[in-house]
Amino acid sequence: MLHVPQQIINDLFDHAKTGLPEEVCGYLAGVGREVTRQYRLTNVDHSNEHFSFDPKEQFHVVREVRKDGLEILANYHSHPETPARPSQEDIRLAFDPNISYVIVSLADKLPDVKSFRIKNGEVDKEEIQVI
Amino acid sequence: MSKIQVNGNEQILETDSVSVLELIKLNKVLNADMVSVQLNGEFVDREVYSSTVLKDNDEIDFLYFMGGGAN
Repeated sequence: MLHVPQQIINDLFDHAKTGLPEEVCGYLAGVGREVTRQYRLTNVDHSNEHFSFDPKEQFHVVREVRKDGLEILANYHSHPETPARPSQEDIRLAFDPNISYVIVSLADKLPDVKSFRIKNGEVDKEEIQVI
Repeated sequence: MSKIQVNGNEQILETDSVSVLELIKLNKVLNADMVSVQLNGEFVDREVYSSTVLKDNDEIDFLYFMGGGAN
């Protein structure tokens, strides 16, 4: 289970909405299974159907996370027009088995967020507890 | 013997002449083809992983490619 403050959930929705029509992406960091901070990253694909982190920015943010005494718990990205579940591409490109994959969907009237663990192509839904 | 930082954690290399490629194997990095490497803040090209030898106090980071799509 991933514990996420309501404020960070709101910030995820805000990031997804302000990034339209493109997908947005970033990291969630914290301690144990509790997220304490969101880091917005650039989607270098600038697409409404794909995202890729900017590697240079990614290394910079990871060092910042480390300096903050936190660890990366999840990456997140938005699906502007599709549900909050991993696409075939998401599954194929989920190379890090140690983090959660959080997806924010704006497909419906109300935004949605879900978390998944993905390892060797196997997807497990992970509960998000809003704190 | 040399002392390096790997993803922010101290690691002791018992032997000299450990390359980036060997370090990736030593750390049992899964999906190693999909990691980018920075050594002391500079990207290391995959072509020189085997010829880039680590030295005392080096700081090396491995990060997975992060990407996906809606379809």
